[in-house]
Amino acid sequence: MSFYFAQLLTGLANASSLFLIACGLSIIFGVTRIVNFAHGSLFMLGAYIAYSVVTRLDAGVFGFWFGMLAAALAVGLVGLAMEFLILRRLYRAPELFQLVATFGLVLVIQDVALAIWGAADLLGPRAPGLARAVRIFGEPIPQYDLALIGIGPLVLAGIWLLFHRTRWGILVRAATQDRDMVGALGVNQNWLFSAAFFLGAALAGLGGALQIPREAVSLQMDLNVIAEAFVVVVIGGMGSVAGAFVAAVLISVLNAFAVLVFPQISIVLPFVVMAVVLVLRPHGLFGKPGSGHGAPGEPEAPLRHMSGRGRMALAALVLAMLASPAVAGDFTLILLVDLLVAMLFAASLHFLMGVGGMVSFGHAAFFGIGAYGAALAVKTLGLGMGGAMLAGPLAGALGALVFGWFCVRLSGVYLAMLTLAAAQIVWGITFQWQDVTGGDDGILGVWPAPWASSDTAYFYLAAAICLGGIWALRRVVHSPFGYLLRGGRDSPVRAEAIGLDLRRHQWAGFTLAGTLAGLAGTVFAFSKGSVFPDVLGIAQSVDGLIMVLLGGIHALAGPLLGAGVFVLIEDWVSRLDFWRFIFGAIILAVVLLAPDGLAGGLERLRRLLRRTTGGGAAR
Amino acid sequence: MARLKRRSLLGALAALPMLTTLAGPAAAQDRIVIGEINSYTRLPAFTEPYKKGWQLGLEEINAGGGIKGQEIEVISRDDTGDPATAIRIAEEMISKDEATMIFGTFLSNIGLAVSDFSKQNKTLFLASEPLSDAIVWSNGNRYTYRLRPSTHMQAAMLAEEAAKLDAVRWATVAPNYAYGRDAVAAFKAELTRLRPDVEFVEEQWPPVFKIDAGSTVRALEAAKPDAIYNVTFAGDLAKFVREGSIRMLFEDRPVVSLLSGEPEYLLPLGDETPDGWIVTGYPGTDIETEAHQAFAQAYIDRWGEPPMTGSIVGYNSMLSIKALLEKAESLETEDLLAAMEGLEVPSSPTGPFRFRAADHQATMGAYVGRTALVDGTPKMVDWVYAHGADYLPSEAEAAKMRPAE
Amino acid sequence: MSLLKVRGLTKKFGGLVAVGDVSFDLARGEFLALIGPNGAGKTTCFNMIGGYLRPDRGSVRLEGRDIVGLPPRRIWRMGVGRTFQITETFRSMTVRENVQMALISHHRRSFDMVSAAAKLYVAEADALLADTGMEAHAGRPCSELAYGDLKRLELAIAMAHKPRLLLMDEPTAGMAPSERVALMALTAGIVAREGLSVIFTEHDMDVVFAHAHRILVLNRGRLIAEGTGDEIRADATVREVYLGGGAIRARDEADHA
Repeated sequence: MSFYFAQLLTGLANASSLFLIACGLSIIFGVTRIVNFAHGSLFMLGAYIAYSVVTRLDAGVFGFWFGMLAAALAVGLVGLAMEFLILRRLYRAPELFQLVATFGLVLVIQDVALAIWGAADLLGPRAPGLARAVRIFGEPIPQYDLALIGIGPLVLAGIWLLFHRTRWGILVRAATQDRDMVGALGVNQNWLFSAAFFLGAALAGLGGALQIPREAVSLQMDLNVIAEAFVVVVIGGMGSVAGAFVAAVLISVLNAFAVLVFPQISIVLPFVVMAVVLVLRPHGLFGKPGSGHGAPGEPEAPLRHMSGRGRMALAALVLAMLASPAVAGDFTLILLVDLLVAMLFAASLHFLMGVGGMVSFGHAAFFGIGAYGAALAVKTLGLGMGGAMLAGPLAGALGALVFGWFCVRLSGVYLAMLTLAAAQIVWGITFQWQDVTGGDDGILGVWPAPWASSDTAYFYLAAAICLGGIWALRRVVHSPFGYLLRGGRDSPVRAEAIGLDLRRHQWAGFTLAGTLAGLAGTVFAFSKGSVFPDVLGIAQSVDGLIMVLLGGIHALAGPLLGAGVFVLIEDWVSRLDFWRFIFGAIILAVVLLAPDGLAGGLERLRRLLRRTTGGGAAR
Repeated sequence: MARLKRRSLLGALAALPMLTTLAGPAAAQDRIVIGEINSYTRLPAFTEPYKKGWQLGLEEINAGGGIKGQEIEVISRDDTGDPATAIRIAEEMISKDEATMIFGTFLSNIGLAVSDFSKQNKTLFLASEPLSDAIVWSNGNRYTYRLRPSTHMQAAMLAEEAAKLDAVRWATVAPNYAYGRDAVAAFKAELTRLRPDVEFVEEQWPPVFKIDAGSTVRALEAAKPDAIYNVTFAGDLAKFVREGSIRMLFEDRPVVSLLSGEPEYLLPLGDETPDGWIVTGYPGTDIETEAHQAFAQAYIDRWGEPPMTGSIVGYNSMLSIKALLEKAESLETEDLLAAMEGLEVPSSPTGPFRFRAADHQATMGAYVGRTALVDGTPKMVDWVYAHGADYLPSEAEAAKMRPAE
Repeated sequence: MSLLKVRGLTKKFGGLVAVGDVSFDLARGEFLALIGPNGAGKTTCFNMIGGYLRPDRGSVRLEGRDIVGLPPRRIWRMGVGRTFQITETFRSMTVRENVQMALISHHRRSFDMVSAAAKLYVAEADALLADTGMEAHAGRPCSELAYGDLKRLELAIAMAHKPRLLLMDEPTAGMAPSERVALMALTAGIVAREGLSVIFTEHDMDVVFAHAHRILVLNRGRLIAEGTGDEIRADATVREVYLGGGAIRARDEADHA
């Protein structure tokens, strides 16, 4: 009995850590509707700053706790700067576009931290006065765990008081529920958002700082926590701080007991819990309908068929690409294959997000299922490349059919997070099921058939498949099905009122997107010769997301532009030292110059050029 | 609108690959170009010392007149921790930079990916750092050799020490991925072979870099083992050590711990370094052989810091390449492969080693000792050098583990 | 035979009776107005007939078939069109495309992934737009339209399925008085020509008395009066609760729930 009580305490201590990371994220999302990928980076900065302060102050009790608060304050200021300098300029951008900026910040902060604190892990001091264990029912419990168990609810109570007893807090709650109303009340929205960012960032910093007595400060801290922090926020209900607390307790305590029975479960447990919660409660435990949506953006212009000149330019581009083997070296062809794969992947995600209005944070699931489907068809079923190239997209379609059934019942960020959960669960199974998938040793030897194995031949094969896939998607976008899917995104009520079963259409759209992502994964698998669980990973999903958003979600060419720019720039900058900083800075610059994506930015540039050249002629 | 968008895309498409084509250093006749790939941004703590190691080796070779009058040029790239990126880079090195061979990689999956690529492209690949047994055994191929003592070898070194303990009931804790699983399987097999009376009473598999140390420690404690075999490393190790010592998991309980004596993992533990853990690792400047002292001095002079495990792996990679190029009749892959078979590296900071012809594994060894805090600095004490050859299956047995070519 | 029979329709939200025991019939070609102060239960009534809300009790029969529990899209298929109090259109499409979407659904081609949607049913769509006086706007993005035009567009969309019954929730809300009269005259013309039945809710009494064949008056969820315009004008209860100087401002939760 005492053993289980002690295990519960361990779970609760972890819950406090998790809650501190997640509550700031929840506040920021609740007020600003920004999905802040950089929250993990703020957490990591908090840990590094606290380490520096505490070790310099020669930690006494005072020095230690001063260090915690100083780190929280410093990170709060970093958050404020982020909001003031970058995100504030993007509030009118299409939904989720700010996410691209926070992604750029993740890259920048990674390299800044590396430059300042170095590559080696830093083990900070234990908390003075709380460095030992006390015995509770005979079991040793670290004193610091007990302190954390207290700090979590204390912070929760503090936030509750702030939200219910101050004018600012009441405005924050109002903004969380209905943003337009706050604008209507004449509240200075900028001020509210800045304050929310400061508070959210400071809480992340505090969470990081309080980890010092438990773990070494490292450059992996940011990405290690971010996914779990989102999971906690979503289980609790976006914007609900109390929900985040309950979710943190749920996950941590479940994990503390699960490792006793089935230790391997840890890698997917939070995502399994999230999937179950979302299937049962589509807005999380304490979320309200609509709480998962961002602010309504600018209306999108109606689709136009390409003009004659547009068609000619496109044909010229495709021809130029197809002629490139004549002039370019083998390596350029390899890069172009990567580019084609990225374009098809991004186009399929754009079909889901831009056309269908179903945001996905886990689109890599279908890319990866396609890649593994093809690889297993070769390795296990002994099929040739041709058969595998059918098996891949088919596997993607099946995966999307299954997950789509659950996902289309949700909307907004909840839908996005359920797709992430699906991807992570598939990742976990692939990772764990060594006999079939090879685990993280992957599947090797998935090379093209002899006739397609030269770089040139495979390039043409990949171009035919990927351009064909993109063309097919484009065709569907212009078809009645594509139009009605977009209509359902604009107004589900209207779709129902003209006799549509929107969910079935969304399900079909989800499956189509999954099929084409699977196709991209198949082409990818044969171009690399091996498949590893990374293809199902969060990084792959995020790359796709960034391509779509960076390119411009409101334009059909957006994902293609985004994929092109992303792949080529990354290939170029990764040759340089501190390339993540440079890459992040480029992304931030693009985001600030083109707050509606590359497609929109180019369109404005074109208008500007026309005006200036027109003016020049007049003079 | 559509026109300009597409034209810009065309421009970008046309310009950037050209840029990469032009910007890269062209392979000159008087140089031997070698490609090098590693996870420099993903795992800087381990790959930076490694890079300094091979750079030192490279500078020494070129200062000494190169190989048969030709200088070596190493083109080094960051794989960003992604196998697919590593493949693309390898392709670029082979087809554009005309690299003679490729070496490097740290993460096992990237090592495997590049290994499979080298097989497909008939290029020699020296896997410097990845530990996975699969690279030379179950997924071994004609074109891939591996330098560092593998998971199996290091686990076997520890099993030998563990067998000398009284402990019968063992618990294991390892990160939940291939490396952790291989390390536990090898240790179990070797220890059971040496001591049929042992039993394994508990296994913990925390996710790599995301250990819930408190719960893991308590689960281990609950099994009341006589001794513990640990495979966690880096940040996970620090958390495990801290939680374990605070919760008295290690009281009167021997711990055998893989790689924990490597300075990359040991130094961050600072004054919380556990006392008396049996570990594999690298005692650094405490090694007093002539070859090592010369290396350590040169390293400190060059970089202003003592060498780490990665440094020695990087340096020995370069020594291996030097021996290879001196032995090979030409830079053609077939000649290189012929030279790699049984290639002897007569002298290195860790002593002589050779690449076994049967399974392509180098016999470079590791150091086995105990952890201790000496004058406030974490160190390995009572260490001995374990020769790699002693912990490998015979060449005939090893050859059987490899797929038929 | 009547087109629609509503019997004992009841809906409660918490303790509040939004609609209580409402029964009425609707004849073919009839133009029926549903009036009452805010919170009287008009929209709730509408939503139950259209399938957007499930009644706690009661039945709704369309040509003898019980439609309670069917989703709105099924009820639409059976010939019940609908316009909304706050317009619902596809913002990222042109005016014509909005009507084309309804036509595509009408012709059951919503899963067609091959044809070019913009080229389907153009003539039919333009005819419907012409009927509602929207032909000049056909190529404009829907997001640019004035509110009154959106209402007319919704009417065109609703007509695409050749409904037998049209539910119009406050068709003139938010419009200038002159526009209101024009819109309702237009609607009345279409109704007369196509022979369809309409139920509409309305606040503007001029509109109601000008066009409704029959009027139902709701107050606090109950049907308190029924009759022609003249009868309703003469009804003492109605005068008291509704037309009298002190109109009852009931809570409007029920209306917006």
